[in-house]
Amino acid sequence: MAEMDTSSGGGHKKGPGVKKGKKLSTRIDLTPMVDLGFLLITFFMFTTTLAKPKTMEINMPYKDENLKEEEKNKLKASVALTVLLSKNHRVYYYEGIGDDPNMAPDLKITGFKSKDGIRDAIIAKKKMVEGMKRSGALGPKDEATVLIKPDTTSTYSDLVNMLDEMNINDIKVYAIIDISDIEQGFIRETEAASGQ
Amino acid sequence: MPKAKLPRKSTNIDMTAMCDVAFLLLTFFMLATKFKPEEPVVVKTPSSISEIPLPDADIMLLTVDTKGRIFFSIDNKVKRKALIEDVNYERDLKLTETEKNAFAIGPSIGIRFDQLKSYLALSGDKQVELQKEAPGIPVDTSVLSVNNELAQWVKSARNTNPKLRICIKADGEAAYPHVKKIIRTLEGWKIFKFNLITNLKAVPAGTAAYAERNKVASKE
Repeated sequence: MAEMDTSSGGGHKKGPGVKKGKKLSTRIDLTPMVDLGFLLITFFMFTTTLAKPKTMEINMPYKDENLKEEEKNKLKASVALTVLLSKNHRVYYYEGIGDDPNMAPDLKITGFKSKDGIRDAIIAKKKMVEGMKRSGALGPKDEATVLIKPDTTSTYSDLVNMLDEMNINDIKVYAIIDISDIEQGFIRETEAASGQ
Repeated sequence: MPKAKLPRKSTNIDMTAMCDVAFLLLTFFMLATKFKPEEPVVVKTPSSISEIPLPDADIMLLTVDTKGRIFFSIDNKVKRKALIEDVNYERDLKLTETEKNAFAIGPSIGIRFDQLKSYLALSGDKQVELQKEAPGIPVDTSVLSVNNELAQWVKSARNTNPKLRICIKADGEAAYPHVKKIIRTLEGWKIFKFNLITNLKAVPAGTAAYAERNKVASKE
């Protein structure tokens, strides 16, 4: 393939004044070319990004200032689990929506761990709602609802982890809500009580 | 015992075939490579179990680094040109044609509007250097605030390309309030659906999602 027929078949006689050109082989050493080829291959192999980043789709609830108070869906406290995200990836959660200012909810501390973490709390809540649906205490349309309230000291990874837990545990209704001052007070009280 | 004489063979081997293979592979990798777009900051995204791939075209990328600085970019040079025309008109930046072209081929932007003109006049290397110390795009919780420059970028970008899918690529260590401001800005423009860029992680066993995935897999 890399050779060419160099024998000049027949060949005419050259005149006496014409110098005879030296016959050079047309075989060339391909080794450097192969070297270069593989060098470039290595380069492109390393720069190629075959694994594409994944995305997580998120739908925020529709917000409209003109929406009247009575048109809004009221959330039943019995289906709700409120999760507060705080500093050092700490997670606080309590049952209900904490709308009664006189009665402090029972805050529990946990984290994103595989055992006794927030996941178990969510699964327990789901089971509880299922049980209440069967017994008729809740209508068939009611779903376990998680309210995610990240405070100012939480990080983005906490939020993503929490949203991921929603996907992992198949929670269909959840919302990201601003934390209230009362709830931040709860966190501080719990922190003080546990001596942290 | 007579020694078996091995015939001496030439050590020259024909490189042609190897060369062919090498260049075939080279061609493949050259065509398959899609260079990562230049990024002003290194962002380590958190992981999730989501498996939706990032679309190739029509994306608006909002990058947030650990300190909460926001960088903005959209793909497609033509759209970028249209975007800067729109921003230039809306905010009266008095950009020249060269500066607009510099924006069209440039990387993500993390510069305030009042610095934009001088930034775009710089050469490529200097731009990168400036971006490293850039304060990021100012953002606020309300879209109506003049200081909410991100709102302007988002609005103009959606004017030039309504199909844009908005992706937030934030560092896991970024504080939540920075991300909240972006979400509030998007909500202000009635954008309630967007994507968060994450790494892939395995679905933990024994959960609802795990059961769901395995049910689908066993059906196939």
